[in-house]
Amino acid sequence: MSNITALKRNEKSNIHLSCEVNGEAVQVSVAPYKTLLEVLREDMSLTGTKHGCELGECGACAVLLDGEPVLSCLSLAVDAEGRSIETIEGLSDNAELHPLQAAFADLGGSQCGYCTPGVLVTAKSLLDHNPDPSREEIKEALSGNLCRCTGYQQIFEAVEEAIIRIGESGKGSVEVAR
Amino acid sequence: MSTRDKLSVIGKSRRRVDGASKVSGQTKFADDIVLPRMLHCKLLRSHLPHANIKNVDTSRAERHPGVKLVLTGNDFPNEYGILPVSQDERPLCKEKVRFVGDPVAAVIALDEFTAEEALQLIDVEYEELATIADPLEGLNTPEARLHEYSEEGNIHKRLSYEFGDVDDAIAKSEHVFEDIFFYEGCTHLPMEQHAAVGHIEADGRITLWSSTQCPHYVHRAISKALEIPTARIRVIATPNGGGFGGKTDPFNHEIVVIKAAMLLGRPVKIALTREEVFYCHRGRHPVLMKYRTGVDKDGKLTGMHLQTMLDGGAYGSYGVASTFYTCVLQPVTYHLPRYAFDACRVFTNKPPCGPKRGHGTVQPRFGQEVQMDKIAEKLKIDPADFRLGVIEQAGAMTANYLKIGSMGLAECINKVVERSDWKNKYGKLPKGKGIGIACSSYLTGAGNSIYWNAMPHSGVQLKLDRSGKVTVFCGATEIGQGSDDVLVGMVAEVLGLDPLMIRCVTGDTDLTPVDLGSYSSRVTLMMGNAAIQAAERARDLIAEAVSKKLGVPLERLVFADMRVFDTEDPELGLDFHKAVVCGEEMHGTLGTTGSYAPPEPPGKYKGSGVGPSPAYSYSAAVVELDIDELTGWVHVERVYIAHDLGKALNPVLSRGQVQGGVYMGLGEALMEEQTFQRLPPRLSNALVHKTPSMLEYKSLTAHDMPEVIIDLIEDPDENGPFGAKEAGQGPLTPIIPAVANAVYDAVGVRIDEVPITAEKILKALDKKARGGEGRVGPDKFPEIEWPEPYEVPPPWEGGDGDAVNKPKRKRAAKMHEMDKFKKAVSS
Repeated sequence: MSNITALKRNEKSNIHLSCEVNGEAVQVSVAPYKTLLEVLREDMSLTGTKHGCELGECGACAVLLDGEPVLSCLSLAVDAEGRSIETIEGLSDNAELHPLQAAFADLGGSQCGYCTPGVLVTAKSLLDHNPDPSREEIKEALSGNLCRCTGYQQIFEAVEEAIIRIGESGKGSVEVAR
Repeated sequence: MSTRDKLSVIGKSRRRVDGASKVSGQTKFADDIVLPRMLHCKLLRSHLPHANIKNVDTSRAERHPGVKLVLTGNDFPNEYGILPVSQDERPLCKEKVRFVGDPVAAVIALDEFTAEEALQLIDVEYEELATIADPLEGLNTPEARLHEYSEEGNIHKRLSYEFGDVDDAIAKSEHVFEDIFFYEGCTHLPMEQHAAVGHIEADGRITLWSSTQCPHYVHRAISKALEIPTARIRVIATPNGGGFGGKTDPFNHEIVVIKAAMLLGRPVKIALTREEVFYCHRGRHPVLMKYRTGVDKDGKLTGMHLQTMLDGGAYGSYGVASTFYTCVLQPVTYHLPRYAFDACRVFTNKPPCGPKRGHGTVQPRFGQEVQMDKIAEKLKIDPADFRLGVIEQAGAMTANYLKIGSMGLAECINKVVERSDWKNKYGKLPKGKGIGIACSSYLTGAGNSIYWNAMPHSGVQLKLDRSGKVTVFCGATEIGQGSDDVLVGMVAEVLGLDPLMIRCVTGDTDLTPVDLGSYSSRVTLMMGNAAIQAAERARDLIAEAVSKKLGVPLERLVFADMRVFDTEDPELGLDFHKAVVCGEEMHGTLGTTGSYAPPEPPGKYKGSGVGPSPAYSYSAAVVELDIDELTGWVHVERVYIAHDLGKALNPVLSRGQVQGGVYMGLGEALMEEQTFQRLPPRLSNALVHKTPSMLEYKSLTAHDMPEVIIDLIEDPDENGPFGAKEAGQGPLTPIIPAVANAVYDAVGVRIDEVPITAEKILKALDKKARGGEGRVGPDKFPEIEWPEPYEVPPPWEGGDGDAVNKPKRKRAAKMHEMDKFKKAVSS
C-alpha cells in the first residue's frame, strides 16, 4: 500500500456524530467525508430523502436543518453535530399525514414521488415561517426544487389546499378525508 | 349481473392508491434497496468518442484494497439490444468504444468510494478512430464504421414509402409549400438516476431490482446477454422516479450487476451519477426534416411528401422504430389523400438516441404544425379554421392504413379557441405579444410488440379469498403516471369495491403475468382491458354462487358499494367478503386471469407494423406569450390545452399527465437541448456533451411555469377501457409548434428550429430589420440516396393494404445475426 493510499485509508476512520433527527436523539459512527445525504440514507436507513444530482442542482435531497431547508448533498454530515434535522419521515404525526402530505396525495402534487420529499420539507419550512404565503411566495420557495412530472401547478395547488386545511383545523395537522 | 350503470370509481377524482406512500417517502425506489453484504459497482467509461480497445489491464485495480472484482468486455458472451434488428450493445465494450461515456470496465468493491478509486487504476490502451459528430458527417464518412451491421457506411437505416402518386398530387395543386425544419435533441432528465441491484440466491436463482419501465424486455436481454435461462431470472421493476422513455431500454449496468452478483455470490448495487444518466440517454433524436405539401384552392391538403434525417447516436436502441415514428402519424390528424415519406437514421459518436415522451412524432409534428400555420397565413384563413377544415374523420382509415377510432380533435380545437378568446386575439395583439395554435395526435399503445409473437400484450391475474381482500397482479410498471391506480381502479369499478380493499402487485416477472412495459402510452388501454376481463370473470364466478344462495336471478345481481345485491330489492344481498365466501364454497379457491392483445393492424405492407394503435388521442393547444424585442426573451403567459383522452379515469391524474406534458413541451420549445462540442485538439479533440448536469441542462423551474388551462375532452373509444385513451404523451406535442407560431404572431419571425432561444429570435429580428425574410432555421436537406419506395395505394385508390411492388432491400441486420450464429457454432 502506497503512503498516499494509506493516508486515504486513515481518513476513512469513522467519527462520532450526535444530532437530533425527527425529534429523536441519534448517535452514529460515520466516515468523515460523507455528506449528510449519505449518512441519512446509508447510516440511518432514512431513504425517504432522495438524490437527483449530488451537486446541489435539483433539490431532491432537501432536509430541514434547525428548521431551514438545506441541500443535504452539499452538507457534510459532521456539520450537523448537535443540530436538529427533519426529514420526510418526520413530517407525519404518528400515523396521521401532515396536511401538506395529504393535500399532495389528493391533488396530484406528487406523481413519481421522487422529488416529493424534498418539495414537502421545503414547503413545510415555508409554512412554518409564513403560514399564509401568496402563489408567488410559494413559487419562490420551491424554485430550487426541480420536478419533471407535474409541471408544478398541482404542487402549488396542493400547498394552497394544505394552508386551507391547516386553517380549518386550527392546528398543524388535520385528519383528511381520503 | 352487472356493475352498476353509474360509475363509482372511474371518472372520480380521488387520491391515487400509491399516493400516501409517495408523500411519506415510503415508496422504495431502486437505490433505496439495501441488502446484507451488498457490494457496490462503478463503471469505467470511455473518455474517447470513437476508438478501438487494444488492451485493458485491470491488475492494479484488482489489487486495490476493498476491490472484490473487476469485469471487462471479455467477461460477457453476447450482444443485446431492445429491437431484434439492433442487437448491437454489449454490457461492457470489448472491441471498440463509440461515444464518450461508453462503459469499458466495472469495479465491484466494498463501497462506492473504493470502487471509484479503483476505476482510476484500470489501464486502457485505445486506438483512436475518426469521430462522427452529426448525421451529415455520417453520410459523408462511411469509415470508420460504427457498426458493421448498418445498412451502408454509417447509415443505420433508410425507409421509403409512397401511398399514392404524391408527386402528381402536388404538381396538380394550387399551392405548394416546401419547408425545412430542425429539431434539436433533448433528454428525459428523470429526477431519479438509474439504479439497479443484482442478487443471486444460494440455489442459483437470480434477481434484479431496477428502475426500468420494461421489466419484461430487461428479463429477455439478461437471458440473452448472459446465456441464462429466463426461468432462472427474476426482474423486479421498482417504481420509477420518472421515466419519460429514458428507462425503456435494457441497460448495460443492469447486466453488469447481475454478472457480478453471480460471480461473487453477493448482492451488487449500482447507482448512476447524474452525468452518467446523460450518457445513458435514449432521448429525443435530433431530426432534420423537409415537408413538401400541396394545397388546393379550397384549402384542402392534396398530398404530402416528408423527408427526415435522424441523428441516432452510437447504438440502435429503438432507433428503427423512432425512424418510422417520424413519418407515420402525420395522416392521423389531417386527411392526406396521398402521402409519401423517406427517412434515414445515421450513427454518430454520441450517446444513443431513443424514445422520449411522444417517441419520434414530436419533432415532425413541430414541422408539420408550423407549416400548417404558414399555409393558413398564405391562404388568408384563420389557422384554427384551416385545421378544422382538414382534420381526419372518426373511424377513418388513413392513406398509410392506420385505423382511427374516436376522434375528438374538432372539439379540442373549438375548446381552446373559445377558452383563449382566439378570435379576438390572433393577429390582433399589440406587437411583442403573440398567440399560436397547434394540434397533434398520439398512439394509445403500439399495435405490435417489440419482438414478434402471438401472445397477449398485457396479462392480469386476480386472487380473491374469504377475507374479502382482492389482489391484482400485472407486469405493468408504475413510473409516476398512475399505472397502479388505473389497475386498481378498473378492478374496484367492476367488483363494486373501495380501491383500498385491493392490493396490487406490479412489475415483477416472478409474480406478475407479462405486460410489455410502460411505453408507447399502452398501459391504461392494454392493462386496463386485461384487468376488466379478469375482474369480470371473477364477478361471474361470485355471481353464480350468490345467485344460487339468495335465489336471485343472475341478471338481477349488482356489484356495488362493497356488496352484491338484488337490483330490484337492494336489501337482499351480501357483503362482498361473504359473497366471496359463497364463491369459494362453490368453485374452490378463486382466481381469474385477463389478457389483452390489440386488434390486427389493417396494413399488410412491410413496415406497416409501426403506427397502428387500438386508439388515437388528440390534442389542441393555444400558447400566449410575450417577447422582449431587445433581449429576445420569451415569456410564456398562458397555455390553453384540450386533450381528447376518451375518458378521464381519475381526473386528478389525467390533468397531471396533461399538465406535465405541457411543462415538458415548453422546456423543449424554449431551452432543453442535448448538444455536443469537440474539445480543442490540445485537450483530446473528443466530442463531449456540452451540458451533462442539471444546472447546465436547462429545464423550467417553478418560476418559469405559466398558468395552464386544461380541458379534458371525453370522446370514448370503443377499444379503450371505459372508453379511455392515452394522456401521458400526446399533450406534450402541440406545445412546441404552438410556441413557434405564437412567436411569429408576436414579432413576425419564423424560428424553424427548436429550441426557440432568445439568440435565435434576435438573429431573426436582425435579419428582418436588414430586409431579409426574418427566419432562422436550416436551409437545405441533404441529398440522400433513397431506396426504391414501397408503393402502397391508399384505400380510396383501390389499395388492399399491401405494396404493389417488391423493392429490393439489404437484409443487413439479419445477415449480422446469421454471421454471429455461425461464429458461435464454429467456436
